[in-house]
Amino acid sequence: MKSAVLAGCFAAMLSLGAAGAVAADAIVVGSKAFTEGYVLGEIAAQTIESATTVPVKRKLGMGSTGILFEALKSGAIDVYSDYTGTLTEAILKRPDLKSIGAIQQALLAMDLVMSGPLGFDDTYALAVKESFAEQHHLNSISDLAGAEALVRAAFSYEFMDRKDGFQGMAASYHLHFAPQNVNRMEHSLTYQAIDDGAVDLIDLYSTDAKIEKSHLRVLKDDRGYFPVYQAVWVARKAFTEKHPREWQALLNLQGSISGQAMIDMNAQADIQHLSFAKIAAQRLGAEAPRSQSLKSNILQRTREHLWLVGIALLFSVLVGIPLGLVAVRFHAAGQAILIFSALIQTVPSLALLCFLIPLFGVGMKPALAALCMYSLLPVVLNTFTGVRTVDPKHVENARAFGLTGRQILLRIVLPLASPTVLAGIKTATIVSIGTATLAALVGAGGYGAPIVSGLSLNDVPTILTGAIPAALMALIAYGIFEILGIVLIPAGLRKQS
Amino acid sequence: MLKLQNIDKSFEGKPVLSDVSLTVPQGATHALIGSSGSGKTTLLRITLGLIPFDRGYVKIDDQALLSFTPVQWADRIGYVPQDGGLFPHITGFRNVSLIATLRGWGTQKIAGRVEELRKLVDLDPAVLGSFPFEMSGGQQQRVAIMRAAMMDPAVMLLDEPMAALDPLIRRSLQRELKSIFQRLGKTVLLVTHDLGEAVYLAETITLLHAGRVVQSGAYRELLKHPADPFVTQFINAQRTLPDASEVA
Repeated sequence: MKSAVLAGCFAAMLSLGAAGAVAADAIVVGSKAFTEGYVLGEIAAQTIESATTVPVKRKLGMGSTGILFEALKSGAIDVYSDYTGTLTEAILKRPDLKSIGAIQQALLAMDLVMSGPLGFDDTYALAVKESFAEQHHLNSISDLAGAEALVRAAFSYEFMDRKDGFQGMAASYHLHFAPQNVNRMEHSLTYQAIDDGAVDLIDLYSTDAKIEKSHLRVLKDDRGYFPVYQAVWVARKAFTEKHPREWQALLNLQGSISGQAMIDMNAQADIQHLSFAKIAAQRLGAEAPRSQSLKSNILQRTREHLWLVGIALLFSVLVGIPLGLVAVRFHAAGQAILIFSALIQTVPSLALLCFLIPLFGVGMKPALAALCMYSLLPVVLNTFTGVRTVDPKHVENARAFGLTGRQILLRIVLPLASPTVLAGIKTATIVSIGTATLAALVGAGGYGAPIVSGLSLNDVPTILTGAIPAALMALIAYGIFEILGIVLIPAGLRKQS
Repeated sequence: MLKLQNIDKSFEGKPVLSDVSLTVPQGATHALIGSSGSGKTTLLRITLGLIPFDRGYVKIDDQALLSFTPVQWADRIGYVPQDGGLFPHITGFRNVSLIATLRGWGTQKIAGRVEELRKLVDLDPAVLGSFPFEMSGGQQQRVAIMRAAMMDPAVMLLDEPMAALDPLIRRSLQRELKSIFQRLGKTVLLVTHDLGEAVYLAETITLLHAGRVVQSGAYRELLKHPADPFVTQFINAQRTLPDASEVA
């Protein structure tokens, strides 16, 4: 009866998840997880939709340039927007490539096709508050020299780590910031930080809508350090060959989006909080596609999230419990298993996702792999601990009564260890529900999608449409485990505790 | 009849039992007594077939332990562990019926046998529906005896049956245990460190010391004709209360 209850739970989760599976021959549009990425992604999606009958699938708001590029190469997405500077610096590692033609050539060698420029540049820029600029007479980046000690900076991770970012800029301008004056932060939060006066200097993009809103002064790149970042489409060659009409529709947008147009669209999203779909439709002079209702949107996210957590849970039970038992039985292997599963836990989730992309591509697979690995430790460790703390006299007595090894395990040891094992599964589930929100960064959807896009827009209501259901799911899971505890933990043990 | 003959056992080259022999005649109750470290627990585990031994043999009704599978042997010895040793996660009834269930007995047969044993140990039927932590020490002991007797074994083996019990309860339970043994009519080996218990429950006693049998026989013999000064020493040490003459 107990196993039937469990099987039923899993079956329900699996069937919910399966309903969320993707149609195989859809065209998939990806995007980076910042406002401009979403806007351009939506423009691409609607442009293709107007030119085709093939269903278009949006995987907007994926983690980073690296993740998107892997997604493109593995065929998980067909097209996304990027910038020439990013492609040469971060992807091709060929800063010497300057012309569009040369970059196109280099990408073609990787079976990728790049369009011509869409019409605007979006390069890195540094900005300070107008008032701060007035006070310290700052107009260009050169003016920062000598004033470094007065400046508290907050830079995005990408800006800090890229060769053409902070390091190169500081060297080129001979700027020497004390490390304690330079904070690494999530990009969307740096605006909040400078608005609140917590920092004085941030990096941003030259088409950023918040420049005017936050009364920022962009410091002139007077030495011309930052490379040119011209927006382009990047697509899989196979996609351009299979769908030439759709690709041509995207190419028709070349040279059509000015810098000011992009700033305006970013402002519509960031400041007026219009939906990306609506902004793109206005731009394309079309009717906005009927946006998903909040209810059906949350339902779809719930299916995706349940699928992720359900599979991870199934894995942690089917693999974690046997591994925990092996760890009890064989000391050396046991230590290795425990240390390995603990080590996985120390890898930051975004880093783990990045490691897994070369192996699994993007989308559900790497997200599932990461969740499975994370959910392993609590189950392995609790199985190990639970079984180890079973009083050995019960095992010896059972042997004296003539129970076989298998009977001792199933009738005596596992039931006695069940409260601890179940607590481990419960921990794994609740941690998975939280961690699964990161799956959105590799395009696996779930409650993380609104959280990621809300974060990039600094839009709290959008964040909450992901965060509240995730919290509710965790609460419901907690409740389900309380009930499972009553069903699965032998009554003789429950009453004792 | 239970017969242990010339048992030797050593752990990592250190002898724990040397040439131990012991016989419990059919239907008799025999006590194996010794202080901790005497080797009685090792002998108990050997008798149960839980650990191998270096020399000698263990026989029940002239059939040697080594000619049985562990499961077959387990059904020939009913074991009552220290303090009953009931499995805490299942009810009294499930404890008693567990082995029979695993051997494929039908529900009817199990219910019949459990009822028969319940009457024999004089246990309140409600106790069988409760969990071990809800039972008194005496109830746990009786359920454990029912469990040991379930498969109708030739020999019953009890390990320190009263160790954890209150002295007053002990006395009354000893009386009951004696009558249960009589009603069961089984060959019983009782392992204990308590001479009083051994004398009260068993007809004959084997005193084990440092892995050897010091003396075997009725208590009267041990008292009157000690085979070794240790016998007297052991008996005197167990008389914990001083005599009236010793109290000033």
